[in-house]
Amino acid sequence: MTLASSAKPTAPPRPPRPPRASGPPRPSAPRRAWRTLSPYAYLAPFFTLFAAFGLFPLVYTAFVSLYRVELQTPGDMQWRGLGNYTALLGDEFFWTSLRNTFTIGVLSTVPQLLMALGLAHLLNYRLRGRTFFRTAMLLPYATSVAAATLVFAQLFGRDFGLVNYVLGLVGIGPVDWQNGTVASQIAVSSIVVWRWTGYNALIYLAGMQSIPHELYEAAEMDGASKWRQFLHVTLPGLRPTIVFTVVVSTIGATQLFGEPLLFEGSVSGGISHQYQTLGLYLYEQGWGFFHLGRAAAIAWVMFLMIVLLVGANALIARRRTRKEAGR
Amino acid sequence: MTTSLADPPIPHPAPGAPAAGRRRRSRAGRTMRGGKLAYALLVVAVLVSAFPFYWTIVAASRSNAELAQVPPALLPGRNLIRNVEAVMAEADIGKALLNSFIVSGSITLGTVLCCTLAGFAFAKLRFRGRGALLAVTVGTMMIPPQLGVIPLFMLIAELQWAGRLQAVILPGLVSAFGVFFMRQYLVQSLPDELIEAARVDGASSGRIFWSIVVPVARPGMAVLGLLTFMASWNDFFWPIVALTSSEPTVQVALRQLGGGYVNDQSVIMAGTLLGTLPVLLVFGLLGRQIVGGIMQGAVKG
Repeated sequence: MTLASSAKPTAPPRPPRPPRASGPPRPSAPRRAWRTLSPYAYLAPFFTLFAAFGLFPLVYTAFVSLYRVELQTPGDMQWRGLGNYTALLGDEFFWTSLRNTFTIGVLSTVPQLLMALGLAHLLNYRLRGRTFFRTAMLLPYATSVAAATLVFAQLFGRDFGLVNYVLGLVGIGPVDWQNGTVASQIAVSSIVVWRWTGYNALIYLAGMQSIPHELYEAAEMDGASKWRQFLHVTLPGLRPTIVFTVVVSTIGATQLFGEPLLFEGSVSGGISHQYQTLGLYLYEQGWGFFHLGRAAAIAWVMFLMIVLLVGANALIARRRTRKEAGR
Repeated sequence: MTTSLADPPIPHPAPGAPAAGRRRRSRAGRTMRGGKLAYALLVVAVLVSAFPFYWTIVAASRSNAELAQVPPALLPGRNLIRNVEAVMAEADIGKALLNSFIVSGSITLGTVLCCTLAGFAFAKLRFRGRGALLAVTVGTMMIPPQLGVIPLFMLIAELQWAGRLQAVILPGLVSAFGVFFMRQYLVQSLPDELIEAARVDGASSGRIFWSIVVPVARPGMAVLGLLTFMASWNDFFWPIVALTSSEPTVQVALRQLGGGYVNDQSVIMAGTLLGTLPVLLVFGLLGRQIVGGIMQGAVKG
């Protein structure tokens, strides 16, 4: 699981030796002082930036969410207490986007991870051209959200889109992928599924390759079928990896932004907000309506959701592990 | 999951999880040979992966009228040049490409350097507060970057950087993931004795870094650089917030094309093609390393 570990052991190149000083080296006083300080010098570039552009904004968001701050005058902050949060609770579009984030999240995460699991299983076979397959599988990951969404928006066009044309051949449709609530959410989810399935397949493949082969041999000797081997050896062996991908995909789904923004090009996520996610709602409030304080409150709601989802995940994972251990 | 807005969305091993890397795997005879069905399914998956790219080329080389035909054209046409010219006229794609190169190039160089320095300190040097600092760095990887976007925007507005490239570059250099990645890499591949020997020989700290750490770290730096380049080239949310249409990156320009400024689908697809080509080129040349990097970063059982 370590990053470098499974790489070929890179033979460390021989260091060019500095000219040897005559006599035993005895570091001088300033040199010793430098030795205690130098670790901080190595850290300084990163931590300076990290403090300014990483940590400070994270902490300060909570603060901003309690104020009225407008985009045009970000320096002028007026205390609002929990006003931004209560305003959210009274906004129907907040609830719409919360619901959409959930449904689009499920529609994109579940098929994505299931298909990735299947693909990883296939990639784990001894295959000709397996590098080709792995690389080709990762191709969608190399595109940007913007590019992928524009292409899919075209494919999902109502009148001249390729998807509706193909569906028409088998007698379905035409489906209104932009205005139908379920249809548009499926379309937006399909972009996510397309971009991330191959990536997750590679993660699963890496996990599968670290399952000891002896387990399969033992299962085979006990007469377990291929399917039972998959259920009782592969899946349990992959559990940490699966938990991990679920967590990462959940966090990704909570933040979904580019796909719903560019699917049609509006910040409202469709005429009736039918596919506006929380991420897009945040953007609309902050940069569409100029309410930065309100947007900060949405950011906090998103954060709380993630904490809850990740916590629930960890809980389920631990329960299952305990159950298994009890057997 | 990371603090940086342009971080590669790669999984990172949970801190403190056991290092399973050196475990020997009995590879021989382990995996079964794939049957015809396995190949067939994989070929289907490859076609699904690749089709949108193919379609981009088809649509970008047709006219808008041709795209509106039933049945739709499935082969590339002859309008590519005209569509590319139309994109150039509509949005300054040339400038956007240049900006993207400047932004992604600076972010990549800066991130790799900062993260190697910090990763080396965390991997091999002893100092007060090491554990705490590392914990803070790793901990922030789980927090989504969108949480910090509003104060970050207020900050760059205060600095009067809004709409300028440094507004995207400097926050992009913050990569908690990168620090952790380089730390893991150096813990594994840089023997302590090497540093000790150099110390005994009287090499200075800076000298040790450039002549010993960097050569050993180079493969890890390359993978981190590739992933950082792709992630920052494709980054969408922050550039849209921080940049204006007069100083766009490619992704910002694509948003303008798709945002109703242009109604010509084939022109939009030509823009998409231009914006995707550079990163596809990188991927085509170094795809194998990228695959390896991602699989190494995975959590294994």
